[in-house]
Amino acid sequence: MDWGALHTILGGVNKHSTSIGKIWLTVLFIFRIMILVVAAERVWGDEQDDFVCNTLQPGCRNVCYDHFFPISHIRLWALQLIFVSTPALLVAMHVAYRRHEKKRQFRKGDQKCEYKDIEEIRKQRFRIEGSLWWTYTGSIFFRLIFEAVFMYAFYFMYDGFRMPRLMKCSAWPCPNTVDCFVSRPTEKTVFTIFMIAVSSICILLNVAELCYLLTKFFLRRSKKAGNSKQQPNHENKEETKQNEMNELISDSCQNTVIGFSS
Amino acid sequence: MNWAGLYTVLSGVNRHSTAIGRIWLSVIFIFRIMVLVVAAESVWGDEKSAFTCNTQQPGCNSVCYDHFFPISHIRLWALQLILVTTPALLVAMHVAYQQHREKKLLVLTGHGDAKHMEEVKKHKMRIAGSLWWTYVCSVVFRLLFEAVFMYIFYMLYPGYQMMRLVKCEAYPCPNTVDCFISRPTEKTIFTVFMLVTSSICIILNMAELIYLVVRACARRSQHNSNPSSGKGSFYGHKHSSEYKQNEINQLLTEQDGSLKDMLRRNSGLQEKGDRCSAC
Repeated sequence: MDWGALHTILGGVNKHSTSIGKIWLTVLFIFRIMILVVAAERVWGDEQDDFVCNTLQPGCRNVCYDHFFPISHIRLWALQLIFVSTPALLVAMHVAYRRHEKKRQFRKGDQKCEYKDIEEIRKQRFRIEGSLWWTYTGSIFFRLIFEAVFMYAFYFMYDGFRMPRLMKCSAWPCPNTVDCFVSRPTEKTVFTIFMIAVSSICILLNVAELCYLLTKFFLRRSKKAGNSKQQPNHENKEETKQNEMNELISDSCQNTVIGFSS
Repeated sequence: MNWAGLYTVLSGVNRHSTAIGRIWLSVIFIFRIMVLVVAAESVWGDEKSAFTCNTQQPGCNSVCYDHFFPISHIRLWALQLILVTTPALLVAMHVAYQQHREKKLLVLTGHGDAKHMEEVKKHKMRIAGSLWWTYVCSVVFRLLFEAVFMYIFYMLYPGYQMMRLVKCEAYPCPNTVDCFISRPTEKTIFTVFMLVTSSICIILNMAELIYLVVRACARRSQHNSNPSSGKGSFYGHKHSSEYKQNEINQLLTEQDGSLKDMLRRNSGLQEKGDRCSAC
């Protein structure tokens, strides 16, 4: 169970996302997860082995490393990426539930023969409206919150994003103030800034997606209100279509909805 | 065979679980197994090599490490996750057995073609009858294993906090020696994280157990108030398969040759039985 498995799980959600959501997912996988796995993990790989303190006192190096790096950048980013990608699973669960309901209706032999077979239900893309809209918006909201929380935790723990070359440590059992040297500080600074920048881009994409969804929602609402004023007999286009279909069905569609017979 | 293999095996069980069961499975794979593989293993990676004692005495380092860490956190969590996920295989086995029986029945009644076999494989089993008992047992075992491992953890490592310094006087260390643990704060953070997710999983399991018991009682009371219809009852599955058998026997004696009619009636029966399967 690794990043590849997460990619498989989340790839399914991609179908039901908005365009901004798809861009966000791509940025997440290519510019954050892939960079983390392919580059950043190597840079931080020897962080403790090559953390050198100017003392022979046993234990001083361990204690100073622990004091300055309560949790490694790499682990923080890994946790951030896991938490930020999981709200999308709420959407996946909701879509799976809707699909299940449609399959049940189909099997019962309901008079809605929009679907020729179960395969079509499985492949169908659901529109983001109704309760799915709320789930989707909720998931974006959670994503934003998690991103913000982790950015704050990062800033709080590491007091800015720069990695210094030298740290002065006086924790016991170090005999007095001891100089400790961090390995690859510049490279770490570069990657830290990169990851922070991509994080900010993801936050912006999420905010944009939220605004887009809200705008779409209000537009649809005003369109509905406008339509109902013009045509009081037809509540909306879908119901007109449904009535037509019901008429066609009662004329010709007697034995269509039986999975076995085809 | 690694975590990915386990994931493949268990995602098949997912189909026949309740909604809470699916949430539990997602929490296990994403917040426990994935965090273990992707983050925690690298934190504990150098736990022995970076365990330093303030002595030059050969062997003291190894002995002290062994004294304070009889079994590493990572291995304990791996064992816990394997044991906690495997009761779901009981359910998988039971479902496979039921599917085998259904296939045999179809073959006996002359519907042994590939399409019907596929349909048997794809349709979701209701958690009723003996499958209910198997499912409840698997949830109980999960709870038991989680509780046992939490207790073992508490016995081996009282408290969740990892100390920076431990004092060791095991032979051959000359006297009380200071030993320093690598990355104690990071280890504490991950220990707390794994404990929290473990507790969430225990709560989910208990909720699932309560849900199953309440549903069974509701079905039973429905059955008692409406004894003529056996389909929505606690023993609904048993009754519906016997009912199906009677229908098939009747059809065979009437020599109803039309496959379509037989299938339509068969599917009609099955769908009525599956009415409450969305759990």
